[in-house]
Amino acid sequence: MLKLYDIAVQSRLLLGTARYPSPAILAEAVRRSKTEIVTVSLRRETAGGRSGGAFFDLIRDLGVHVLPNTAGCHSVQEAVLTAKMARDVFRTNWIKLEVIGHHDTLQPDVFGLVEAARILAGDGFQVFPYTTDDLVVAEKLLEAGCRVLMPSCAPIGSAMGPVNPTALKSFRAHFPDVPLIVDAGIGRPSHAADVMERGYDAVLLNTAVAGAGDPAAMAEAFALAIAAGRLAHQAVPLQPRDMAVPSTPVIGKAVFA
Amino acid sequence: MTFIINGEEQDVAAATLADLLLALDYEGDWLATAVNGELVHREERAAFPLGARDRIEILSPMQGG
Repeated sequence: MLKLYDIAVQSRLLLGTARYPSPAILAEAVRRSKTEIVTVSLRRETAGGRSGGAFFDLIRDLGVHVLPNTAGCHSVQEAVLTAKMARDVFRTNWIKLEVIGHHDTLQPDVFGLVEAARILAGDGFQVFPYTTDDLVVAEKLLEAGCRVLMPSCAPIGSAMGPVNPTALKSFRAHFPDVPLIVDAGIGRPSHAADVMERGYDAVLLNTAVAGAGDPAAMAEAFALAIAAGRLAHQAVPLQPRDMAVPSTPVIGKAVFA
Repeated sequence: MTFIINGEEQDVAAATLADLLLALDYEGDWLATAVNGELVHREERAAFPLGARDRIEILSPMQGG
């Protein structure tokens, strides 16, 4: 089981709900992924509009935990207010905290992130910060009250997979007891298996599933890869070596010459 | 009275936030509201007085990553 604040889950896949071809395909992807946590957002509703209500009903019917985000917020003030509004709607203290600092790379503004995390944790929120693999920032987030960390492994939506495995390794080693979720940058199931093999606790995905040719099948593929990566980590993978090591014993080998 | 609703200027006859939502045909338990950068809980809307040029945000759930 994976414990995230006060909730324990079996699935180690957190799934975003954006960019699916249709609500029905989103629902099918959620089911086949076996995820227990989906991320959602808030946006301006048009007068008389009912789109938010339809989506709200769809999510409620899925029977999963909801992790609202502050996506698109570029300031502490925006992120804090959005988090409060999300709590009012979704009635959860969970918040995926994003404070975006750069328009092109969508890198977090880590200074604003720490400040917003401190404000929200002080207000009873359970913060899931979208951060970098920087150890100092991570320390500050823990000091601010975060009990989960979510480093990216590559830019959001890039599908690059882990671009700095060394940093991911250090991050895991420095925070052995903190639940770590790789958020952003995963493109393929093999990327997810890779970070799980490295000891990460879970993976948060969106575009890699929603943008696939068959999102529901890809959701299941990710679930399998994440489970395989987790099992491989528990089984302790062999470390790479510089030289060849014969797998077949040489003792008793026939000598013909 | 003139308000800034979701970034757009609009004239609406409304004394409270609840009046305004009703006048503009907003309904549902999925809406979140803020006035001048401060959250207004759903339970507080009926008693929340509005003033001219108040900045009102009305948000609802949508897909997110």
